[in-house]
Amino acid sequence: MSIQVKDASIFYGDFKAVEDVSMSIKPKSVTAFIGPSGCGKSTFLRTLNRMHEVIPGAYVEGKIQIAGQDIYGPNVDPVAVRRKVGMVFQRPNPFPTMSIYDNVLAGNKLNSKRIKKPEADAIVEKALRGANLWNEVKDRLGKPGMGLSGGQQQRLCIARAIAVQPEVLLMDEPCSALDPISTAAIEDLIHELKSDYTIVIVTHNMQQAARVSDDTGFFNLKAAGQPGHLVEFNPTKQMFTNPDNPDTEAYISGRFG
Amino acid sequence: MSNTELSNEETKLSHATLPRGAQWLVGIAAIALGGLALVLGVSIVGAVVIGVLAFLIGYPVWALLVENKRSATDKLVTGLVWTAFGVAVIPLIWLVYMVFARGAATINPEFLTYSMRSVTGDEQGGLYHALMGTLIVTGIAALISIPIGIMTAIYLIEYGKGNRLAKAITFLVDVMTGIPSIVAGLFAFALFTLLVGPGTRFGFGGGVALSLLMIPTVVRSTEEMLKLVPDDLREAAYALGVPKWRTITRMVLPTAIGGIVTGVVLAISRVIGETAPLLVASGFNPNMNTSAFDDSPMMTVPVFIYTQLSEATQKGVEYAWGGALVLFILVMVLNLIARIVGTIFAPKTGR
Ligand SMILES: Nc1ncnc2c1ncn2[C@@H]1O[C@H](COP(=O)(O)OP(=O)(O)OP(=O)(O)O)[C@@H](O)[C@H]1O
Ligand SMILES: [Mg+2]
Repeated sequence: MSIQVKDASIFYGDFKAVEDVSMSIKPKSVTAFIGPSGCGKSTFLRTLNRMHEVIPGAYVEGKIQIAGQDIYGPNVDPVAVRRKVGMVFQRPNPFPTMSIYDNVLAGNKLNSKRIKKPEADAIVEKALRGANLWNEVKDRLGKPGMGLSGGQQQRLCIARAIAVQPEVLLMDEPCSALDPISTAAIEDLIHELKSDYTIVIVTHNMQQAARVSDDTGFFNLKAAGQPGHLVEFNPTKQMFTNPDNPDTEAYISGRFG
Repeated sequence: MSNTELSNEETKLSHATLPRGAQWLVGIAAIALGGLALVLGVSIVGAVVIGVLAFLIGYPVWALLVENKRSATDKLVTGLVWTAFGVAVIPLIWLVYMVFARGAATINPEFLTYSMRSVTGDEQGGLYHALMGTLIVTGIAALISIPIGIMTAIYLIEYGKGNRLAKAITFLVDVMTGIPSIVAGLFAFALFTLLVGPGTRFGFGGGVALSLLMIPTVVRSTEEMLKLVPDDLREAAYALGVPKWRTITRMVLPTAIGGIVTGVVLAISRVIGETAPLLVASGFNPNMNTSAFDDSPMMTVPVFIYTQLSEATQKGVEYAWGGALVLFILVMVLNLIARIVGTIFAPKTGR
């Protein structure tokens, strides 16, 4: 599903965190957001599945369309949006009371959807294979999800997100707490998932953005205390070789003041 | 003093230390001193105070002479902390000992299975009626308080999030926490005097009185437990397309259930020993009465203890201690249940 954003401004109460963002995200591609800390990448990402409004006083102006439908339209149920747009968080957050198996099925279990055991087994195996975790955990599916390493937990969270078969997957710095090997595993995974999902990823790692993404958006702050804005949105290749904006080049090459 | 010498002095990492087992030497000396005072005719309390003081002063002073100031301070504060701990714990141990020592002799099968119906003089009576009454009244209090308390806490944490209504409720809960228990009893008594008729004393009234005392505790402890569930987990559930109410019922509550149950059980054991409100609201009855809604008083263990004690007979005092032991064991069992439940439901890390 493609995502169209037009003049989105995002607020926390009176505080405008992000201003006038417009972009068009292609379906079945990987789009990376980069930019300095505090410029509103997470905030913007969270508006794409209506997670932003969970925070009291937070709201969004402008238009955000997914597959042509305005997700902030008057008759739109945020729960329905979130079923289509999954999310992986910066810190792995498996449900502490659930086993690995139940964590993968959490989307169904929490929604009290009844599924037959063989079908459930199939979903779990497919999701865990999809998240590159199956071989590591197949012998201990009944063990608590919290007992895995950080990198495994993060892949468990990815498995949990893809088990409900969303169309879009949002990832907020999914590798920031991980070692290079787990990071590589997740990057490989992103490559594979691209064939089925539209992926939007926030990262502080330029190489990662260059490696995994097709398009890149660079966010920046005009000045401290000002809202963040989208400086440039272009194909990743162009961003890293020949960006339109000198600020982008400065940031990417590390000459950023 | 040359510069190198100074820095040598400053960078020295070791210093003279007291011999190993120094605290035992000082301890024995302090006990000996206390014993001497006892022999010389000081009272036992005085002797203990002398012994403790001797240790508290002697040990740090020795450390100051041999080691250094920091070590002396360390020893002084350690001594003070242990003394404070002892002062706090000794009365507790003493109390437990007294209850067992004086109550144990009274406990026998008859005591546990008889009521006080037409018991006169030295005839054998029992607290069966009071035990049943306590279980019924406390059960009613729990049935009222647990749903109200937990749902209030859910509203405050999950929905209220600092809006006006939530602030008002929090304030009222705080006020309720401070209600003197006898006032709760009077309230229940007055309420049922209005609703049922003058002088109504019955089990349900006692339950209502106790629930007034229990609700704030349940709300508070549940709130604390819900706050411990990280927002990350709530967002993780929302991100899977789970509606808020299902997130609360299927994820937040199960995650917090261990703590919530522990809090509830502790709240029950807190009110199970309440006397004043039951004296007023459910009254006295020497007979067995198991129907909480009949307009007739229902006996409870604390009120049983109170009545027996006010008989001021030898038998009465024995029964009071027996009742105290039963109540004590009841509370201990509840606390044990709270602990077990807490560990059973605690989120597992599996490492
Ligand atoms: N819950 C919140 N309430 C109020 N303001 C917030 C909240 N979360 C974020 N902000 C503010 O919004 C702005 C953007 O924050 P955001 O977390 O989106 O930045 P970011 O680009 O993701 O930064 P980082 O790279 O450090 O994760 C910041 O000024 C931040 O202080
Ligand atoms: Mg962020």
